[in-house]
Formats: sequence, structure tokens, C-alpha cells
Amino acid sequence: MIKRLIVAAFAALFALPASANIEIEEVTSPGGISAWLVEDHSIPFVALEFWFIGGAVLDAPEARGATHMMMGLLEEGAGDLNAQDYATAVEGLAADFSFQSYRDAVVVSARMLTQNRDAAADLLRAAMTTPRFDRDAIERVRAQVLAIIQSDARDPQEIAATTFNRLAFGDHPYAFAQEGSAETVTGLTRDDLVAAHRGALTRERVVVGAAGDLTAAELGALIDHILGDLPQAAPPRPGPADFALEGGVTVVDFPSPQSVAFFGHAGIERDDPDFFAAFVLNQILGGGGFRSRLMGEVREKRGLTYGISSFLSLADLSPGMLGQFSSSNALVGEAIEVVRAQWADLAENGVTQDERDAAIRYMTGEYPLRFDGNGTIAGILAAMQSDEIPVDYVTNRNSYIEAVTLEDLRRVAARLLQPDDLHFVVVGQPEGLSPGN
Amino acid sequence: MLHRLALVLGLTVAPYMAQAAGDVVAFFLDNGMQVVVIPDDRAPAVTHMVWYRVGAGDELPGQSGIAHFVEHLMFKATDDMASGEFSTVVEANGGSDNAFTSWDYTAYFQRVAADRLGLMMQMEADRMRDIIFDPVEVATERSVILEERAQRTDSSAGALFNEQMRATLFLNHPYGRPIIGWRHEMEALSLADAQTFHDLWYHPNNAILIVAGDVTPDAVRALAEQHYGPIPASPDLPVRARPTEPPHIANRRVDFTDQRVANPYVSVQMLAPVREPGNQAEAAALVILAELLGGSGQTSLLARRLQVDEERSLYAAAFYDSTSLDPSGFSLVNVPVPGLSLDEAEADLWRIIDDFLSDGIDMDHFERIKFQIAANDIYSEDSTQGLARRWGMELTIGLGVADIESWPDVLAAVTPEDVMAAASRLFTDPVHVTGHLMRPPAANAEISQ
Repeated sequence: MIKRLIVAAFAALFALPASANIEIEEVTSPGGISAWLVEDHSIPFVALEFWFIGGAVLDAPEARGATHMMMGLLEEGAGDLNAQDYATAVEGLAADFSFQSYRDAVVVSARMLTQNRDAAADLLRAAMTTPRFDRDAIERVRAQVLAIIQSDARDPQEIAATTFNRLAFGDHPYAFAQEGSAETVTGLTRDDLVAAHRGALTRERVVVGAAGDLTAAELGALIDHILGDLPQAAPPRPGPADFALEGGVTVVDFPSPQSVAFFGHAGIERDDPDFFAAFVLNQILGGGGFRSRLMGEVREKRGLTYGISSFLSLADLSPGMLGQFSSSNALVGEAIEVVRAQWADLAENGVTQDERDAAIRYMTGEYPLRFDGNGTIAGILAAMQSDEIPVDYVTNRNSYIEAVTLEDLRRVAARLLQPDDLHFVVVGQPEGLSPGN
Repeated sequence: MLHRLALVLGLTVAPYMAQAAGDVVAFFLDNGMQVVVIPDDRAPAVTHMVWYRVGAGDELPGQSGIAHFVEHLMFKATDDMASGEFSTVVEANGGSDNAFTSWDYTAYFQRVAADRLGLMMQMEADRMRDIIFDPVEVATERSVILEERAQRTDSSAGALFNEQMRATLFLNHPYGRPIIGWRHEMEALSLADAQTFHDLWYHPNNAILIVAGDVTPDAVRALAEQHYGPIPASPDLPVRARPTEPPHIANRRVDFTDQRVANPYVSVQMLAPVREPGNQAEAAALVILAELLGGSGQTSLLARRLQVDEERSLYAAAFYDSTSLDPSGFSLVNVPVPGLSLDEAEADLWRIIDDFLSDGIDMDHFERIKFQIAANDIYSEDSTQGLARRWGMELTIGLGVADIESWPDVLAAVTPEDVMAAASRLFTDPVHVTGHLMRPPAANAEISQ
């Protein structure tokens, strides 16, 4: 889940070039709800994204998992339709709705054909404003969530990430999986779900992205219809999470020939003056693609892993500088040493001019390629608003990236990359690493 | 009330003129390389793909994993480029690149700004014939693919179970071997194996170029003739004649136990026909059969009966792979609620199938599925990358352009009688493989943390 949020957050940072055939309209509905729209009438459907900021961290400690389970129940009956009838109606329109829960937000995505958009909007409105939470649907979804929790408990990737969060964030909601525990989920009542719905889906916290076969006026009427009956006011969000984890290694014994490593330390805020330098630095260190330092040293030169990456987690309440890889139990110790050495090398020596230039060429060249479909664009528009980035940012974004100098990268590397603070959670049966610290 | 609204709207997709993706254009270069162009000017980008008509299904016995290994090694040095330079140049041009291997194909792709298309072709044409297999690179990369196997297969009980199921379903066809390879054979893959495999299959007359995005067919033709045109066709290209399956006459069972299993389940798999050039009707009926039985998580027959009505399943579904070179699998899966045994879950699957065979098709359900399939043609226009991938898959399994372009019509023409006839052929005295994925009795305690 962490990683998916990061992807979404980064998507927001890719801006529009003058050459892209895309124009963002800022729309305010008659009811006062704002939305961003990219009109494109070439394919007869519209993609909508509703991001409600807040997410699973709003759960009370004794009701952890309520928001996640609530989102799973929105399509299990709404208005005067039970779960079966609701699904039948949606399928009958060939509409496509998805209801996702994340740590910092819940997200509703929809695709609707132009030919039956009003009827599809009726159904989406019903799911978001009048979900039924029928007894049988609750029990069915509860059983599914419990199965997910059991499955996660046996998945080394999940164990690594959740262990890292538990160690890093103490009592803060970030320390807990958004699905909740078997105990909290078993105890969730219908009232808990109703309360989670009331808290998570509010007009105060919603941002809307739309792209496709729809005019601004049509969009205004559509979002008033879909969102108009939601409550305005939202409950308070938790405060920032302190990153409490010190450098070291934690081994979680798990019967597998390969170990999963999840590692990192505290990161950098998005509004930090050095954020763009950190963004470029991460691209060089372990950003996507084959050319990063970590891919080169750990995979290409030594064959210690299939893939390794680092990322700036822009989680709203505690930014992180994180990474992950998998290595055979016999090799993971060596891979960890290589990661530490790269961290130290960059912190001490910075990067080369060639590395800076290549990263910036990639980052500035890649951005216009992303805006290539209604679904993608709607998601990017919502992500940008959730990050409170103004529309005109998109024309300036590349100049921010290009302004990052070698000296900026040296400074931010020395400040951000702390090899002694790196903590590795290793899930497997690694050779030469002792459990605990 | 909402339900009524849905019903009165009718279930026909309104005709429309596609404007985003222009008409697909396909042609051949003189050396036999096929070219497909999918124009879409919504973003100033192109997806450039080269697909080879070779995959894990074409490997020699004892060399499982060689097709995928060669795919990895294609990113190393050529006579003109240093090892890794390919991806470096792509990234320096703001693009991204990767590759993938299946049983029936191996494909390489880049996504870049439209004005870099020629550069991509230049590099892709270079490595088609001029890749250099270096002993040090081969040894390091073999370690990488072994790590890939450890990560994707050995670390997952479900992946290991699927591997065993396939190996059991196919008695003779190489579809029974994992694409990544069996570990003991991967460890022995040599430079000479890679060189031989590459020399045999990597030629323009065994390749398909697909360009999707902000381009015109004429521009693609000119660039393709410049970069790929000079590469001579291979006169020795093998025919893809794989070992075929004998009649399946015996049911088989796979019982796999792993302490990492969280939710035990049962899987039933059987051979099924696939789309054939000029003959796609049976496959189309099976596509709709799989949707009726197990497509939707709410309203498909398996989900509705077992998950909703009877509350005996956490998840029940059906899958069918219509697009492969040789007959492939139709499968049913059932994850029972805690407390029900896998034997009961297995019996539940067959009970629902038997009911379906005797009760027939709910016509409303059938029409909804047909409508959704038609609507998917609209939604799929939104992703030219997806369209490019679909064309690549369809062409590499031997379908022609006419087959591909008529597929939506073939699906639309399927009648309920066609589906019942296909179901009857599939499920009457079916010879199948039944798999139980289980956890050991002692592993009920939580494993970790």
C-alpha cells in the first residue's frame, strides 16, 4: 500500500509540456465543488477519480480496519438495491467502479459510457451516499478481509513492510496495517462501518479529476449529483508520525529460499526547498529503470538480486527514504553491504555530472508520455490536487528539475542519506545476519 | 428503481466513430518482417515493440528457461553498443524500456517521445543480429534469473502450485515447463545454448514490429525500411512444430502442501481449444462460458451460488486462455470458507457445473456479458499500449490480421446455444487435473512476527 501511494504522489510531479495536446480546465460546480477536467471527445466515455483525503488513519484504535472494510462494502448494496441487484445494474451499464482504501486517502474511480452516463452516475451516487451495509454483505466481506489478513501474514513482502512500519511509528496509525488485525476486524460492528463512511467520504476532503467525453458544464452537474448529499465536514486527521527507527537490521524468520529486505530512514517533506534535488538524487540512487546506482551495483555487476529500488515516500504524515529488494538467503548479507556502501558513497562524494545530466534528461523527457489516456489523466489530476499543486505548476515543473545543480545534489545527499541510520527489515532465513539488531 | 432504470436503457453499445486510435495498418517489409501501426495522436509519444515468434514453448528439452535467459542477455553489448547502453540511451531520451517472455513469444519494447522512434529502431535492429554473448555477462545474468525465479516462484506457494499444475496438465507439450525454467536446468544454461537459440530464431522474418502512438503509417514504413529493411531474412527459420498432446485419458491429482499457504483452495484444469486462424468460434463461446461461470465476482454463476447464496466460498471463479498457439487451459478455482474441506469445495465446483449444464443460461446474464464485451472495445481504445500488446500476442500465436479484426464480431455472434454446446464438449466426461493447495496441519499457528 505504501508503494502505491508513492506512485500516485510521484505521478503528480510529472508536468505537462506545451507540446502535449492537453488543457486542464478548473471547474467549480453549481454546488461549489471544484474539479479538474481534461476534455477529450474522441472516445465515448469518461473517467472520474474522487480522492477523499484522510483514509485508514482515521480509524479509532479499537476499530482498525473499519475504513478498509467500509470501502469494500460500498459496492455490496446501495439505495434500494441489494448486493446482487447492484452488481447486476452496474454490469448492465458496462460501467466500471472501483473503491480503494489507502493509509492517507480513500479513492473512488469510475469509467462510464457516454450513452448511459446518467444512469451510471445514479448508481455511483447510491454507492457513495447511501450504502446499505446489509448484514449478510458485512459477514461476506469480513470473511474476505480476514482471509487477506491471513494471507498477508504469510507473505514475506507484506511482513517486511508491516514490520518496518511497526518498528518505525510506535503508536501512530502508520504503525498498523490499514486492513486491521484479525481481532479488530472480527469485532467491527455495523455502527463502526457507518461511522467510517461518515468520516471518510466528505465534501470538505474530496478532490476530483475527470477526463474524457464530457464538458465542464456536464461535469459540474455530474459531481453535484454524485457528491451533493455527502456531509461537508470531516473529522480531524492525526498529527505527524515520528520516525522512531534507528539504524540496524531486524530479521524476521520465514521459511523461504530467498529473503525480502525493506529498508530506509526518515525522508524529506514535499515543501522542503531541497525537495527537487532529493527527487533527482533518488532517481540516480535507485529510481525506476535499469540505470540506477543500486541496480548497477547490486544486480548488473554482482547478480545479487532481480530488482532493487529506492523511493521517496511522500506519505502525508511522515516522509521516508525507503527501498526494497529480494536476494537469496546466502546473498542478502552481501547485498545489504553494497546498499550501505552506495548510501555512504553518495553521502560523501555526491554524484557525477554525467549522472545528474542523465537523470534530468530522463525525468524531463518522460513526463509528457504519461498523459496518454483518460483513466491515467483523471488519476493524475486528482493526485495533483491532493498534493495542493496549482494548475500552473505543470508548466514550471521541468524548470524546477533542470535547476538542480551538482552542488545541490551534493548538499542534499550529505543531508538526506544517512548510512548509519539505515534500518533493514529482512524476512527470510538470511545467512550471516542475526535476528534482532 | 435504479435497477429499472438500467433495464430500460437497452443493452446495445451505440455505434461511434473511433477518432483517438486511427485505423490500424499492417504490412510486410521485403525481408518478411511484419509491421503493424496503431495511430493515436492524443499524446506526443510512441510505443515501439519488436515481437519474436519464439518463446519457452520452442525450447529444446533440457534447456528450460533459455528463451527468457536470451531476453535478459539482449540488454548486453553488441558490436556497436556497450553492455547496458541500450537502456542508458533510452532513459537519456526520457524513455523507458523492458521486455517479456511467454511460451509463445518474446517481446521488447520502449516508450519514448515520438521524435525518437528512429533511434529506437536503430538500436533494436542492431541487437537483432549483432548481440554479443560474453562469458562474464552470461554468468552474472544467470545469477539474476535464478534470483528472479527465487523471488517470483520459489517464494510463493501459489506460484509453485501453479507450476506443478501446468506440469501435470501437459503430458507432452512444452507448455508444461515453466517460462522461467526449472532451477536445475537454469543453472546449467550456457553461453553456447544462448548463442544457438538466438541464431536460430532472431531474424526479421520471425519478427513483428508494432508502433503505437503519435505516428503515421507512412513515416513508420520509411523508418522501418531504413533500419530493419537491410537485415536479411534467415533461410533456415524453423517451423514452430512443438510436441503435441496425446489424448488425455486419465484424471490426475496434484496435492501440494506448503506452510506458507494462508487460504487453501482447489483448482481444476483441463485442456481447451484456442483461437485458430479462420476458426475462432469455439474459443469465442468458451470466452463467454468462462464469463458466465466465473467472470464477475458478484453475479457470475460460481460467485453468486457459492459466495453469496450458499456462503460456502470466499472466492470462486473460472479462467480461460483463448489466445495461445496450441491448446491451453480452462480452469475453475474455489477457495472455501474456513471449516469446509477441499473435497467439499471440489464437489461444490462440479455441482454448480452440473446445474449449469442442466439449467442452461440466464438470458439477462448472457446479454449483460455481451454488452460488457462490446463496451470493452470502447474502453480499450483508451490505451494504445494495451492495443499494441494485444496485436503482438495475437500475431505471434499465428492469427492473421483478418482474424484479429473480426474477433469482436465473432464474439458478438456467439449464441446461448453455442455456449451450451461448447460447455457440453468441455464438461461431458472431462479429463482433468485436480489440485489441492494445502497447509500442513501443524502450521495453523501464525508463522511470523
